Amino acid sequence: MSALRVTGLTVDLGGRRVLTDVDLVVDKGEFVGLVGPNGAGKTTLLRAVMGLLRPSGGEFSVDGEPLRRGRAGLGYVPQRHEFAWDFPISVQDVVMTGRTGHLGLFRGPRADDWRAVARALDRVRMGELRTRPVGELSGGQRQRVLLARALALRPSVLLLDEPFTGLDMPTQELLSDLLLELAGAGHAVLTTTHDLAGALHTCDRLVLLNRTVVGAGAPAELRDERLWMDTFGVSERSPLLKILKAG
Amino acid sequence: MSPVEFLHDLLNPDLAFLPKALLVAVMSSVVCGVVGCYVVLRGMAFIGDAVAHAVFPGLAVAFAVSGNLILGGTVAGVLTAVLVAVFSQNRRLREDSVIGVFFVAAFALGIVVISRAPGYAGSLQQFLFGSITGIPDEDLLTVAVTGVVVLGLVFLLHKEFVAVTLDREMARATGLRVFWLDVVLYVLVTLAVVISVQTIGNILVLALLVTPAATARLLTDRLGVMMLLAPVVGGLCALVGLYVSWSWDFPTGGTIVLVLTAVFLTAWVLAPRHGLLARGLVRRRVPAVW
Repeated sequence: MSALRVTGLTVDLGGRRVLTDVDLVVDKGEFVGLVGPNGAGKTTLLRAVMGLLRPSGGEFSVDGEPLRRGRAGLGYVPQRHEFAWDFPISVQDVVMTGRTGHLGLFRGPRADDWRAVARALDRVRMGELRTRPVGELSGGQRQRVLLARALALRPSVLLLDEPFTGLDMPTQELLSDLLLELAGAGHAVLTTTHDLAGALHTCDRLVLLNRTVVGAGAPAELRDERLWMDTFGVSERSPLLKILKAG
Repeated sequence: MSPVEFLHDLLNPDLAFLPKALLVAVMSSVVCGVVGCYVVLRGMAFIGDAVAHAVFPGLAVAFAVSGNLILGGTVAGVLTAVLVAVFSQNRRLREDSVIGVFFVAAFALGIVVISRAPGYAGSLQQFLFGSITGIPDEDLLTVAVTGVVVLGLVFLLHKEFVAVTLDREMARATGLRVFWLDVVLYVLVTLAVVISVQTIGNILVLALLVTPAATARLLTDRLGVMMLLAPVVGGLCALVGLYVSWSWDFPTGGTIVLVLTAVFLTAWVLAPRHGLLARGLVRRRVPAVW
């Protein structure tokens, strides 16, 4: 069953059409990479699904149900620089903020909420650092805190924006193992990335985006160089195509 | 003057204004210390400054018509804050420019209004730089009640304020009403400023908001500790500042601010982990990679 379904999404920003008629499906247990050049609308697509901007058209459903306010079925991991890392707060309190909207006004967290936070931290193997101030964490640890925050509401769909950017190679590898593991546990995972080699190697499916969906399928089904030249606006001499052949 | 003599003066019925001033100064410093934690952590010191100036026309109108100063100041401050929030929706102008336009305009309006009121020069000076004399008894109650309301709202909305400060986008995505939380926070800052203006003055009140919270931030990495430490620092500095100003006949507002600044500088040098000395002596802990 499709966990996330986007149909006919069209977005205009400041009078300019950014996304046109985007259709996208992510199934339960699937790890899908969203790739495209800068300005292709990858972040815009994620933000529209999260309800952070008003699309001009299109529909979303999660687990077959239309989305409600608060997006309970969706976990969102924004780019790391969106977060105030200098804030004096511990790892577990950050993860709890993932449940803040869900708790409701004037209500503090209860035992059940702390259990959910502890579970989310264990899932990303940050349990031992739960009382550490977030300002002292490494890049990989920060990424995992944001991932745990997204997991705190036990969503069926995870949306990640450039989680690999700025991480060193071994950390990227560990993170992609972790995402595969989450997909294996039944989450539908959709991540934007600039790391094409990694995406070709790891993802179950890729979606090529440039203002609209240019192509989608398992890496093996996307051998046609034309698709990649259209998506990234490169010539047939581009080193990008060599990566593709090597993959 | 020794502290004992200061205590005698505090208890002297002929100097009844002195304990009242002390009480108002300490209460407003405590409230400003707590609210100031958000101001410092959100990097909204400029908004704090703007609100502080924006309450001035409200005070001036209230003074001119002999109305309630706190009510007047609050109305003006909130009105300006909302104007800033609305005009900031226009993407061509950044928020700090909008603030720059409106808070000076509000201040200018205040100067024009108060110049029309009788007793112009004296009252202007009192508003701008604060005064410890002439606090009416009912103000004591108003400040106390307003302070309790502000602290109560901070307590109730704390987790929402934290979520919005950490990550606005995420807060919005999880269904929080970010715009309204901003408005409430601006109102709280306005109220904290208004109850402090009497003793410390319109121009110097920013120090009550920013300096204790900034000092506390240097001393701890725990938000809870910071929000307890800041009001303690603010309250103690208000007490010491008033004592010093009374002893040497210095202006009260200015003295309190200088005491706060001295404490801030001391913390900057001596803070246990982030201070100048600690950083020089110990190498920072290097976090593990994964």
